[in-house]
Amino acid sequence: MSRFTDLFMGMLGAAPKKPEKVSEKVQKIMFLKYEDKDRYIKEKLHARAHHATSHKWRNRRWAVLIATNLLFVLSFSLDIQILEGALTASRFVGFHLIDLNSALQVTLAHKYVIVNLLIGTFTVFLLWVLLGGRTFCSWVCPYHLVAEWFEALHLKLVEKKIVTDHEFHRGARTVFWILFALMALITGYTVFETVSPTGILSRALIYGPGLALGWVLLLLLFEVFWSRRAWCRYACPIGLTYGVVGTISPLRIGYNVEQCFHEGDCRKVCLVPHVLDVTIKGRAAEENMSLGPDCTRCGLCVDTCPTGALRYEVKGLSKLL
Amino acid sequence: MSNSKVKPAISLEKAQKARRKFLQSVGLTVTFAGIPLLGFIPVVDAAPPRLRPPGALNEKDLLASCIKCGQCVQVCPVQAIELADLSDGFGIGVPYINARAQACDFSCDAVQCVLACPTGALTYTKPSFLEVRDGALLAAAPILKAKENDPEPTLNLRERIGVARLARPESCLAIQGKGFKGQTRGAAFRGKLRYVAVDRWKPIPVRDHPYDLELCDLCVRECPIKAAIELRPVKGADGIERMTPTVLEPCVGCGVCEMVCPAEPAAIVVDPQAVWKD
Repeated sequence: MSRFTDLFMGMLGAAPKKPEKVSEKVQKIMFLKYEDKDRYIKEKLHARAHHATSHKWRNRRWAVLIATNLLFVLSFSLDIQILEGALTASRFVGFHLIDLNSALQVTLAHKYVIVNLLIGTFTVFLLWVLLGGRTFCSWVCPYHLVAEWFEALHLKLVEKKIVTDHEFHRGARTVFWILFALMALITGYTVFETVSPTGILSRALIYGPGLALGWVLLLLLFEVFWSRRAWCRYACPIGLTYGVVGTISPLRIGYNVEQCFHEGDCRKVCLVPHVLDVTIKGRAAEENMSLGPDCTRCGLCVDTCPTGALRYEVKGLSKLL
Repeated sequence: MSNSKVKPAISLEKAQKARRKFLQSVGLTVTFAGIPLLGFIPVVDAAPPRLRPPGALNEKDLLASCIKCGQCVQVCPVQAIELADLSDGFGIGVPYINARAQACDFSCDAVQCVLACPTGALTYTKPSFLEVRDGALLAAAPILKAKENDPEPTLNLRERIGVARLARPESCLAIQGKGFKGQTRGAAFRGKLRYVAVDRWKPIPVRDHPYDLELCDLCVRECPIKAAIELRPVKGADGIERMTPTVLEPCVGCGVCEMVCPAEPAAIVVDPQAVWKD
């Protein structure tokens, strides 16, 4: 199977595979890297010593996420009408924008599509093809931000050995995606919207809080005390929908094996560590590789990597720059 | 033949761990997929129907086609539209109107909420395959009193969203032959209404528009639709004729009569999603 298929299957829940063939270039790089063990260790310690912990991309991302949601809120509360609606569907200065997953649920439930829905869906599709699919998750979704804060609490409790992370099978999300689609089709109701924390939080911010926030809090508590980032990792069909869109996106996190010490700091901070499988020693087949479509392009790995082996890249463009 | 296809033996502990993870994943799936189905409860429950914004499809179609974005909420000039909460189950995020608090007074003239709807859940023209309930269709395009003298006086609305009904005739001031003086609904009431005589375009708070009426006819006076309601002498059980608010076929169910009724609780109410019966 091609790497593209492997990455796609990986997003659906398959375990990452070891490469069948490692290129000569990489073999040479790996040989040189480990040729002199003392030098290797020295280099590693040197890189660590000189790595100032950066939150550059996280801060930028939080700023964008907050600004986007704030624009929704202010468009209504101050009546500035720039971005009207909620994350499920909106108008940006008059242009229809419709969330792909919400559009899908509505279409399956209602079994009828009007032109505005098509236009808005297509606009959003194009936007996220360009910007990286699951970029929506980490750069726009308000639940992602709140979940990040609760994740910090979870990690603190794990460190103190008060809780342990219970991992589930990542394939559960694919099952959910199919189940929610089937439920919409069969019942004729947009069943997923009843529990979607993205929609609930977005509406709560814009139109005021309600009982539904209780459900969101339950989800967050589940993530703190039982399973790290459970909703985003194992459940949310919005993430999978945008992940599929991102398969053809030029915006990626790129990985360069030569600079990597294979320490795994990146995998520890990642929401979807399986996309960073290439950073494990012996898993990279090419010198430069880009991460799979499940990657939310959040940049936590870029911030944390002490050697710059992980970077944002735009396929076809990065070489020009 | 080839040994490469044979799975390597894994330890008992590892196998147990894998099985536990699988079962827990199944548990998670069942839970997370099962919880939203609880949304069925309020839907099939005998909860009173909601008054939906003008142009709304029939209830089940509305819940299916509404994308829960609230753009209808944002364009309403009197903020009549609210979004339902989780207690409405599958109706979460779907717009409704609490007529007693703030009715739809059509002060937008063009039914802005319909224009704003991106999915056709609120629509001027229903697709042909969707059912039109008996008595929901208006006999003629409703004439908006505020536009009565315009070249195009009608409202782009084909189906009613409800029908008004004199639910408590015993508390109706007109039937008692009483007038009404002062602010209807009191000084604390936040509802708005367009008074064409005050401002053709801008709705003002109802409390800023006190009345002094010999005989209370607020429901008739403030009804935004022409010939939808009138005061008629109706003979009571005792044989005496009394002026009685009578709802007529052009009633679209906007709920303005319910909002402005000074009786507490309102003598006249709108029955959401009701149809016209002769």
